[in-house]
Amino acid sequence: MSVLRRVGLALFAPVLAVVVAVVISSAVMAALQVDPFRVFAVMVDFGDTPSQQVTAIVVVLNRAVPLFLAGLAVAIAFRMGLFNIGVEGQYRLATVLAAGVGAAVALPGPLHVLLIVVVAMAVAAIWAGIVAVLKVTRGVSEVISSIMLNVIALGIASFLLTGPLRGSPEGASIISTAEIPESGWVPSLNGVFGVLGLADPPRQLYGFLVVALVVGAVIAVLLNRTRFGFDLRAAGLSPSAASASGVDSRAMVVKTMLLSGAVAGLIGMPDLLGSTHAYTTDFTSGLGFLGIAVALLGRNKPIGIALGALLFAFLDRALVPLQIQDFPASVVTIIQGTIVLAVVVANEVARRVARRSAERGSGPAAAVAGDGSTGPGQAAGGAGEGTGAGVSRTTGAGQRTDERQETGA
Amino acid sequence: MKVAALVLAASTALSACASDEAGSGGGGGGSEGGSDELRIGLAFDTGGRGDRSFNDAAVAGLEAAREEHGGEFQDLSPNADASNRADLLTQLADEGYDPIIAVGFAYGEVIGDVVEQYPDTTFAIIDSSAAEVGADNLTGLLFAEEQGSFLAGVAAALKSETAHVGFVGGVESPLIQKFEAGYVAGAQAVNPQITIDRQYISPAGDFTGFNAPDRGLLVAQGMYEAGADIVYHAAGGSGLGVFQAAAAAGGRAIGVDSDQFQTVDDPALQAVIMTSMLKRVDNAVSAFIDSYVDGSVEGGSDIVYDLEAEGVGLSTSGGQIDDIQDQIDDYRQQIVDGEIEVPTTP
Repeated sequence: MSVLRRVGLALFAPVLAVVVAVVISSAVMAALQVDPFRVFAVMVDFGDTPSQQVTAIVVVLNRAVPLFLAGLAVAIAFRMGLFNIGVEGQYRLATVLAAGVGAAVALPGPLHVLLIVVVAMAVAAIWAGIVAVLKVTRGVSEVISSIMLNVIALGIASFLLTGPLRGSPEGASIISTAEIPESGWVPSLNGVFGVLGLADPPRQLYGFLVVALVVGAVIAVLLNRTRFGFDLRAAGLSPSAASASGVDSRAMVVKTMLLSGAVAGLIGMPDLLGSTHAYTTDFTSGLGFLGIAVALLGRNKPIGIALGALLFAFLDRALVPLQIQDFPASVVTIIQGTIVLAVVVANEVARRVARRSAERGSGPAAAVAGDGSTGPGQAAGGAGEGTGAGVSRTTGAGQRTDERQETGA
Repeated sequence: MKVAALVLAASTALSACASDEAGSGGGGGGSEGGSDELRIGLAFDTGGRGDRSFNDAAVAGLEAAREEHGGEFQDLSPNADASNRADLLTQLADEGYDPIIAVGFAYGEVIGDVVEQYPDTTFAIIDSSAAEVGADNLTGLLFAEEQGSFLAGVAAALKSETAHVGFVGGVESPLIQKFEAGYVAGAQAVNPQITIDRQYISPAGDFTGFNAPDRGLLVAQGMYEAGADIVYHAAGGSGLGVFQAAAAAGGRAIGVDSDQFQTVDDPALQAVIMTSMLKRVDNAVSAFIDSYVDGSVEGGSDIVYDLEAEGVGLSTSGGQIDDIQDQIDDYRQQIVDGEIEVPTTP
């Protein structure tokens, strides 16, 4: 009973948010003379042939991986009560430098990839570290400094791309760094489709998906099962109480921002190592900002962030088929916007429900409220179980695909 | 439970009002091959349809082609960060659209894989070279922007009373640098002593500069205050800010891509648009579809629309450059004859 209640309470907020978002966006669509049922039907239609369906799944997963990492980077800081808006600049700067280093060296396969990833993590961590140092030494708000550093990072990235790291010929319409040699590529996971008996899609499933899952699991354990994670969450909930119990909150700010930045450095890696193999003027931008929405949607928990990233990726994929069916693409933007809004409202509602149930003297309330900087903080047990569920759910997606294909054929 | 019932009731009621509309709109897809009807796919650059410039010019070309040959067309816009460009092209190909036209050089990065994946579909890409890709089913539609911009520079230098003109670029990319190079060469051809302020709104890789009228206004304002009286913009949607700055400073401006004298609604802004450097994307698109219908698409090569092919040029709406038309025509002829070689990089 207690477990059921706990799961129920944990799912309450996100489900409420999605339901509210669906209702609001349906109302907006209806007001725009668009049939919401047809829109949702188009969104879940992944195509007619097995190849198209698998391609659609690959598109969603490939989009979800960077979104998940971005959400994770934002959430780590959020858990400590820090608002790292600088993820955008951190990953852009990290990716261009990692691309430059990756193209400049030649190493055997795994080492080459490792070097690129380590460079990216280090650059982004240092960039985020500037924010932390400014905060603990001069008291500069991390919101202000990270926004400012975004602008500077984009400027430096652009300078590096057009200057020292430029690898594209003069006059080419897209400026890019030199291509990373093949030893620095992460192979795709398309072999998995063969094992599962699915059609091999023309699109490559990012091998970095595995890395993202591992990172998600490590972060979940780190936050929920270690002394460091406890200190981090405690400092986020009440800095004064934390320092009274012996947590050095200034050191925690620096450590948290370094960790958040290191994860932010990974955001560009799926695209860089899996498909583009160079940083270009067209490299996907804005992921750092989307990460804020994804972290909010996932209530700062790795499993929630994974689901939030999948939802955003799923909505994003729907843009194209909706346009083909002559529905306005803005429908997707409306849904994404209302979901974020609804999540904020639902989180607040869930927090009140949890508090009321805690006041009545039942323990599990903490599982709901322990995610952010607002609720009480003993969520270690509940969220730890959540991580396990995350792994099994992701593998479950493959099975679902299988069923769909059978019904399709 | 109560909530669920409410949701259901609300959405059924609402969708009942909307069902007529959706029924007619949703029937487009599905039919594949079979008929001989022309089905053209168009994938837009960021900004999408309704930018009153580049993308809309492509639509104008499609409309013209459809009037002539019949058939239907489907246009798609990318998502906010344009990470789904490849998906737009593959979806169009999957739906059986042929030919498919990718609008904008940004597609150059992804189109190579797509044309390989759909060898039986004919593709064209605007502003990017197909020669590099080397696939038979891809044609590049290129423009000699530097030649048209040269004439814009000539017009600016002839009309400037302060011997001081300006150039506002949207994003410091190689494509926009072609505009800058031609403009500078043209202005200096008329008056070697002329002062030319050049500034870009955003650096390479940051595409916000094409859609930031407020920053376009600031940059142009600075130029007018420094003494420039004519500013040429190659900044897409940010150009509106340049026109506003011109109107406020009592200066004049030169538009880009389409005849902006016609597309700007505000008469106060119309008055400051001396001319526009036309990039006839519409002509290129309709000519490509013509040749597709004729079966004369060669593929694997580029078609360059220059001054000689009327692919670029200056607009005359508003009549502000009528008095210098002879001199402009003179320069135009020299470029066409090869007497003047216009640089493509600043």
